[in-house]
Amino acid sequence: MAEKLIFEKGSSGRSAFSLPELDVPETTLPERLRRQEPLRLPEVSEPEVVRHYTNLSRLNYGLDQGFYPLGSCTMKYNPKINELLAAMPAFTGVHPYQQEKYAQGCLRLLYELQDMLAGITGMKAMTLQPAAGAHGELTGMLMVKAYYEALGQTRGRVIVPDSAHGTNPATAAMCGFDVVEVASNARGGVDMVALDKLMDDNTAAIMLTNPNTLGLFEEEILDIAALVHGRGGQLYYDGANLNAIMGWARPGDMGFDVIHLNLHKTFATPHGGGGPGAGPVGVAEHLIPFLPVPVVVRGSEGYELDYKRSQSIGRVRSFICSFTVCLKAYAYILSMSSDGLRQAAADAVLNANYLQERLKEAYKLPYDRRCMHEFVLSALRQKEESGVRAIDIAKRLIDYGYHPPTMYFPLIVQEALMIEPTESESLEGLNAFVEALLKIAEEAEENPDLLRAAPHVTPISRPDETQAARQPNICLD
Amino acid sequence: MRYLPVTPEDRAEMLSRLGLDEVEQLYADIPGELRLKQGPHLPPAQSETELERHFAELADANRKQICFMGGGAYDHYIPAHIGAILGRSEFYTAYTPYQPEISQGMLQSIYEYQTAICRLTGLEVSNASMYDGAGALAEAALMACDITGRGRVAVSAGVHPEYRQTLATYLHGQGLELQVLPLQNGHIDLQRALAATDDELAALVVQTPNFFGLLEEDIPALREKLSEHKALLIISSDPISLGICRTPAEWGADIAAGEGQPLGLSLSFGGPYLGWLACRSKYLRRMPGRIVGATVDHDGRSCYVLTLQAREQHIRRQRASSNICSNEALMALAATIYLASLGPQGLSRVAGQCLDKAVYACEKLSTLPGCSRTFSGPFFREFALTLPGDAEEAFSWMAEHGIAGGLPLGRFYPGMKREMLFCVTEKRSRKEIDMLSEVLAQWLRS
Ligand SMILES: Cc1ncc(COP(=O)(O)O)c(C=O)c1O
Repeated sequence: MAEKLIFEKGSSGRSAFSLPELDVPETTLPERLRRQEPLRLPEVSEPEVVRHYTNLSRLNYGLDQGFYPLGSCTMKYNPKINELLAAMPAFTGVHPYQQEKYAQGCLRLLYELQDMLAGITGMKAMTLQPAAGAHGELTGMLMVKAYYEALGQTRGRVIVPDSAHGTNPATAAMCGFDVVEVASNARGGVDMVALDKLMDDNTAAIMLTNPNTLGLFEEEILDIAALVHGRGGQLYYDGANLNAIMGWARPGDMGFDVIHLNLHKTFATPHGGGGPGAGPVGVAEHLIPFLPVPVVVRGSEGYELDYKRSQSIGRVRSFICSFTVCLKAYAYILSMSSDGLRQAAADAVLNANYLQERLKEAYKLPYDRRCMHEFVLSALRQKEESGVRAIDIAKRLIDYGYHPPTMYFPLIVQEALMIEPTESESLEGLNAFVEALLKIAEEAEENPDLLRAAPHVTPISRPDETQAARQPNICLD
Repeated sequence: MRYLPVTPEDRAEMLSRLGLDEVEQLYADIPGELRLKQGPHLPPAQSETELERHFAELADANRKQICFMGGGAYDHYIPAHIGAILGRSEFYTAYTPYQPEISQGMLQSIYEYQTAICRLTGLEVSNASMYDGAGALAEAALMACDITGRGRVAVSAGVHPEYRQTLATYLHGQGLELQVLPLQNGHIDLQRALAATDDELAALVVQTPNFFGLLEEDIPALREKLSEHKALLIISSDPISLGICRTPAEWGADIAAGEGQPLGLSLSFGGPYLGWLACRSKYLRRMPGRIVGATVDHDGRSCYVLTLQAREQHIRRQRASSNICSNEALMALAATIYLASLGPQGLSRVAGQCLDKAVYACEKLSTLPGCSRTFSGPFFREFALTLPGDAEEAFSWMAEHGIAGGLPLGRFYPGMKREMLFCVTEKRSRKEIDMLSEVLAQWLRS
């Protein structure tokens, strides 16, 4: 079944490319500047390339094929019209340095998207520059750092909950902060007593996800905000889970000073097999001077890029933003409008609660309360009773035609299975998924080996990951 | 709403199963004062027809231009079948290949990408992609500081100005120092660079072809001095140029990083693009980002997985080599298909035509009255031209006449008010170059 590598196909002299005849005189580079080693790339014709990657695509599971309840990732439907709009030559052909006067369509789109996102989140200003969520975190936390530098304060520490996504502590460290963890309480929220002890005048910020990575709304958010602000700190909002609350509540109203969004989650842009995404950052008034350059503004003669900002953190990337990703998010918002976004959020939350309700008998639910757009089950009972682990259940779901949930995250839940159905799933679809998971719970008792050897229907069985790491083979010789 | 399958009846059924009467109750955990009565203020929902009309209007507000601009984003021809393959929803609607059994397509294509990048650069290992050229270079610099345990990075002023700014932002985050090295005739000033090389230097960052399109020649002397002081050499290269130009490995680079956009990605007003990063195998475990490795499954069949994840944020958290999570997988797929489609001859022909056409354009433009080449020495695809007047004015003139470029260099180098950077790819015909020359000549006469 395995597909050979493209490097192992084809034959000398083939190519899948055509070029007009050279119509100017030929020149050469001096020998000392020329490539010495021959370039070993595939030599294949167009039908061979197309067939190769089409066959590879068939070894991949995308959300257009079926349910993809990957928690924390919001695998919602990616509208097809948005792909067509993003492929219009009037957009794909624009050079980022093209004169602004003749790129007004692009700039207007970005300006309006900034405005829409600011309205949805309750922030004062947005930048669309970051290329992904983690890049947004970096941008946002560098702004926090610059803010304190401007105030002449040194605050060297950042607090993250023990349930936080790994990018949060990693980002804080990249910005030169020390990271301290705050424990979660029995209801899955931030432990206020612990936070009270940690929050001091050396603490720059707390990074929160709300709803958090357990899919639970941080009920004491206003108290947290009061505590952190009262001691001079900033609140950072990781917007990975905004899908639950868009149109229902706004991070800006909760007291967050700086936020990032994931357009590839909440705003329906495709995940691309691992990117491209976009991670716009929104800020409260006092952080506006620190936004990265350039900022898209509206001037007297149209939309412009503003580079002259003395307190800016500088650049976090080349050019302007991941434009076509922003374009798709913009098209999505225009299609949905206010009521549509609000309905989508409510459906996502309803779908998750329905699944949680129907699954909590068969699987342990560590935090048994109303969830938001996702919830976290634990396979601890199955592990204790039959030695079946979360990974075995996840792999068995593949046999039933599903993409598995997120496994082993957040770290505070043992044998975690994090399920996020999104609003794109129908009731029949949810019911079928419930049936599969209930059946798997039975299989775990009756035939645990069936699960441990799963999946059974895929072109390969479970890979030997230890060997991959021990003797790395990451490119063909 | 066309994207939402859940009907009012379904909602009622699910709510009753939950013992609830209305959806508002689902939001009971949100403090009352935070709960909104209605959604944000937005334009009314648009049907597909209306959406198309609206985008046609936006499209009309852009102007199509013949592109003679580069500066890090290049107008190369993109074979039609790349779009066809990227349009396979098995690829573009999937996420990071966490589940290898149903992600072999993406995993294998990334392994092929890593292989292609290694062969292009001559280096031994590559990661699965970074955000863009600027970010990749910044991560390479952080990596060098981590490897050497030193806190200063020197960068040639010939490196893309926006990359240098990004480097400065990233390094500042961790309290590391960035030293900018001046140029001599548009090339790195060898004496100044040698003088900057000492036992505190983590790495020297050089770009070739540099921002002015010039090929740097003094790298061997720098390499030697860097080795004496156990500092690293980071090279940023253009991937098309590597079809014919000496590779980062041949220059002795420890790490190479750059922009992958020229490899089959559209200009798209600046993104999404593709950062690539490769290095010597001894630094493999210090690399940022995802890496795909080959292995076997439990039945002995060869297959691919995400590997060496102990470097990454989801395992190592604040001690990770980087915070990067989602990267540019689909863009890496495009680059892989591009390189596979061109093959060695194709890439060298594309690179050759860029070289030839840029030389033709340069000769043509530098004979215009008052115009001359700004710097001397071999160049690739781009060259700087000194005009007898203000480059911003010329830029506006050209734009009005349907031509994008050249790029006014005063935007990045304050002293260069009369200089423009022109770029000529294989896509430009002789006729278009002659037209460029004619339009510039008209401006000179105006
Ligand atoms: C809670 C949370 N924060 C941050 C991120 C990072 O986002 P990205 O992968 O876009 O960098 C993720 C991604 O999965 C996430 O789930």
